[in-house]
Amino acid sequence: MRRATLVAAVSFGAATLAALGLFVVYIAGGQPQVEGALLFVALAGLGAGLMVWATRLMPGIGQVTQARRHAPPPPEEKEAAAEAMAGGVEEMSRRRLLFRLLLGAAGALGLAAIFPVRSLGRAPGASLFRTEWRAGQRLVDVDGNLVTRDTLDVDSFTTVFPEDAVGSGDSQAVLIRVVSGSLQLPADRLVGAPDGYVAYSKICTHAGCALALYLAEVHQLRCPCHQSTFDVLNGARPVYGPAARALPQLPIQIDPDGTMRALSDFTAPVGPSFWDLPP
Amino acid sequence: MIVRRWVEGVDERLDGSSFISRNLRKVFPDHWAFMLGEIALYSFLLLVLTGTFLSFFYLASHQPVTYAGPYQPLQGQTVSAAYDSVMRLSFEVRAGLVMRQMHHWAALVFMAAIIAHLIRVFFTGAFRKPREISWLIGIGLFLSGIGAGFTGYSLPDDALSGAGLRIAYSIILSIPFVGTWLAYLFFGGEFPGPDILNRLLVLHIFIIPLAIFTLLGAHLAVVWHQTHTQFRAPGRTEDTVTGTPVWPKFALKSIGLAFTTFGVIALLGGLFQVNPIWLYGPFVPYSTASPSQPDYYIGWLEGLLRLWPNWEFHVFGHTIGELLLPGLVVPGLVFTILALWPFLEARLSGDHEWHHFAQHPREAPVRSAFGAAGVAFFVVLVLAGGNDVVAKFLGIEVDSFNTILRLALVLGPILSGLVTYWICRDLRDRPLHPLAAPPSVTFRRNAAGGFDEIETEPPVAGHATEEPDRR
Repeated sequence: MRRATLVAAVSFGAATLAALGLFVVYIAGGQPQVEGALLFVALAGLGAGLMVWATRLMPGIGQVTQARRHAPPPPEEKEAAAEAMAGGVEEMSRRRLLFRLLLGAAGALGLAAIFPVRSLGRAPGASLFRTEWRAGQRLVDVDGNLVTRDTLDVDSFTTVFPEDAVGSGDSQAVLIRVVSGSLQLPADRLVGAPDGYVAYSKICTHAGCALALYLAEVHQLRCPCHQSTFDVLNGARPVYGPAARALPQLPIQIDPDGTMRALSDFTAPVGPSFWDLPP
Repeated sequence: MIVRRWVEGVDERLDGSSFISRNLRKVFPDHWAFMLGEIALYSFLLLVLTGTFLSFFYLASHQPVTYAGPYQPLQGQTVSAAYDSVMRLSFEVRAGLVMRQMHHWAALVFMAAIIAHLIRVFFTGAFRKPREISWLIGIGLFLSGIGAGFTGYSLPDDALSGAGLRIAYSIILSIPFVGTWLAYLFFGGEFPGPDILNRLLVLHIFIIPLAIFTLLGAHLAVVWHQTHTQFRAPGRTEDTVTGTPVWPKFALKSIGLAFTTFGVIALLGGLFQVNPIWLYGPFVPYSTASPSQPDYYIGWLEGLLRLWPNWEFHVFGHTIGELLLPGLVVPGLVFTILALWPFLEARLSGDHEWHHFAQHPREAPVRSAFGAAGVAFFVVLVLAGGNDVVAKFLGIEVDSFNTILRLALVLGPILSGLVTYWICRDLRDRPLHPLAAPPSVTFRRNAAGGFDEIETEPPVAGHATEEPDRR
């Protein structure tokens, strides 16, 4: 008992000192680690003191046994409750016309209340089917600088945007340079990938994360979120992970002066699947 | 004395039959496992306190600004006003960083306490009739906690939270018929929507806390009304409850626990860095932090996305994406089964009786087996949610680790379920508790002046000795 009193007293004392210490630390400009440690002593000291007091210094209050309702209420009580509820509804539905009009009015009001939900966002329209890329748009990097034939070394990559929409979420593309002639694309797609330069949408077709990793030795793009992996040489088909669709390609051409332009928008809608996406 | 007069005055007005004294004398059973729910409650209080402080500084705005604060690596970078406000809170507001980190740690403790409490209630059968309502409310609290956590850590608009939002948007997009519309309505348009931060803020600091307050209130009220379960012990019966009176002993102990919880969270918040958004950098749609992991209570959902095969379906010219099943259907099923468990168990076992005694896991081997399987499922998925980090730690390829995890996701629950069933059966059928003391001998003086040797019964496994339930 005396020891418990001592422990509780020391706890409260330490808590008081730590709380006062917090004043000092705060006035001195604050320091996260010291603040955390002092808060710990102040709060846990208070807590420990109270717990010691309750468990060790209250011998007069022992275990008490009380009765509890140990059985379900008798059936007639349950029936009475159900009856009271149902009776009210019956009382109302006896006036059938009024009751139906009430239901109609409530339903109509409920419907009317749904309309403001429409104000929450734009209509999707065709926005998921197109991006800011148009034929003739020049490729620029994150800082808006023109990307040219000389920007990339073989086996490196960079993020590109249309010159009119730098930083755009759905237009982000990754431009990769591989050894010329190593791309295995169908002829119509190969036209848009001149001299070993190929561009794909940078948005993972699985859950939409930006494809931030390029494994140059195996020519694979990998998503850091769920490890979907796409084969760059082979039309960015998914070769590993939870993605099912290939990355849409951005067909490009290289001007005589070396600048690059889009030939059109991406070959397919970018990003993860959605209901209206055709197979 | 003034207290005495106030109490009498209130009591007179509330209830003639002494409302206050009845409730002050109410007893609560003492068992350490019953503290878990209390820890969740107190973490939530601390979340409200620290969160209020944070909300005075947070700005829910996508407006681009140039960072000009004291954190040098980011100086001159364009960041959103939201990110800037959290940076200011962390580095320029005195005591701001401690408050922010305490808030984050309190959320982690809150969810851990909820999960531990759920596991305790499950394995002891404390959800059985008449306590199914508390169970359902508890599941509601669990879901609200996940929602609060996700909306909360999405607010700073950093690279990590941006990836989480992007995934959430994509999951909504995968819903048949209405997914596109839902995503656009919630985000205000195509990702990254123009209004999302503001909406997350309203959800995080108003709607979800209101839901948690309401559910917590109902949870406590129902527990108070129905009284606690307790373990069997000599002298205890189904129609009594044995424990400590609320006032003052239980209350002081519980308030002491509250302050200790606060203290431990303060220590974590002060000494252990959490969610360092300055290391992640501001969110930009064209980059993803690597590695990216959510907090563990979302981590198991993330793990499902990582392990799920790349199944995409086409119906009538429409697409059902890879995310629908692992992102919505499977979690929905998990929570539905969890919520309906008390009713499923009553149906399967045919036990529709009232129970006030909590069980030991060995008393219900089938339930314990399902519980162990569920825990194994959760643990494997949390590991899968950080598969890249864990694989790196183990020094193996992510791809081979994924194969192991997929196997573990199927075999782990089955094996742990079977082993648990076997252990519970074995323990149940033993007359002795495995940890019980051996029989001992005592001596008693007899009438003739000599001594009799009396073999004392060892303490028996709780369930075996108790008189049958009075039903």
